[in-house]
Amino acid sequence: MEKNRYKDIVKDHTPKENRLYNTMIAFFVGGLMGVIGQGLVDLYALVFDISTKEASIFMIVTLIFIGCLLTCLGFFDKWVHACKAGLIVPITGFAHSMMSAALEYRKEGLITGIGSNMFKLAGSVIIYGVVSAYTFGIIRYFLLGG
Amino acid sequence: MIYLNAFIFCGIVCVIGQIILDNTKLTPGHVTALLVVVGSFLDTFSIYDKFIIWAGGGAMVPITSFGHLLIHGALDTANDIGFMGLMVGMFDLTASGITSAIIFSFFLSLIFKPKS
Repeated sequence: MEKNRYKDIVKDHTPKENRLYNTMIAFFVGGLMGVIGQGLVDLYALVFDISTKEASIFMIVTLIFIGCLLTCLGFFDKWVHACKAGLIVPITGFAHSMMSAALEYRKEGLITGIGSNMFKLAGSVIIYGVVSAYTFGIIRYFLLGG
Repeated sequence: MIYLNAFIFCGIVCVIGQIILDNTKLTPGHVTALLVVVGSFLDTFSIYDKFIIWAGGGAMVPITSFGHLLIHGALDTANDIGFMGLMVGMFDLTASGITSAIIFSFFLSLIFKPKS
């Protein structure tokens, strides 16, 4: 009885997140990231006179560098809080998760801190990516002929 | 025109992530892992290649392209050298992203102190 009342009180006082607003801002920020990506690809292809495929590698490296640097300077955590998935889903979220793990465990030393904890958050992305790519790769290689 | 397509595609992927975050108890780690699996699944039937032609950089920025690049490199090498190519070529195309993330986070974490 008391427990239920306590739960009700907690439920009343938890701030309600506005889901429509969250979705809108995620769409807008995510779309802006896509436009920045395409803009960088076009810029690099024009400036360095390389193919779109090579320019896309430059673009991904640039976005990862920006994500790492902004995490170090402390802006990125605030922006993720404001923009939600709009910054987590693009490749900057991957850079952010590695960078923040490396920064957080810095004080535990180079090997036991940074070395063993850098992939603490980003490891799931790589592991499930490789496992799923291998499984689907086998399916496609044998059933659809590569 | 490709800029509008990039805006729409990248926005929609982010909206899918946001809807999963809002309506379930999954963490951002779950969502990114799920989207990588979705990306490699879509490339099993060459659907993601069409997205990249349609949306350009907008389809390369979301984390789904990570799964797409993993399976793409694996299959390209498998077509050249046979079945073991699936393991040899797995990181062929994503190597730049992973390596740069490791290098930048290592050296920047030596320079900067954590905030808060």
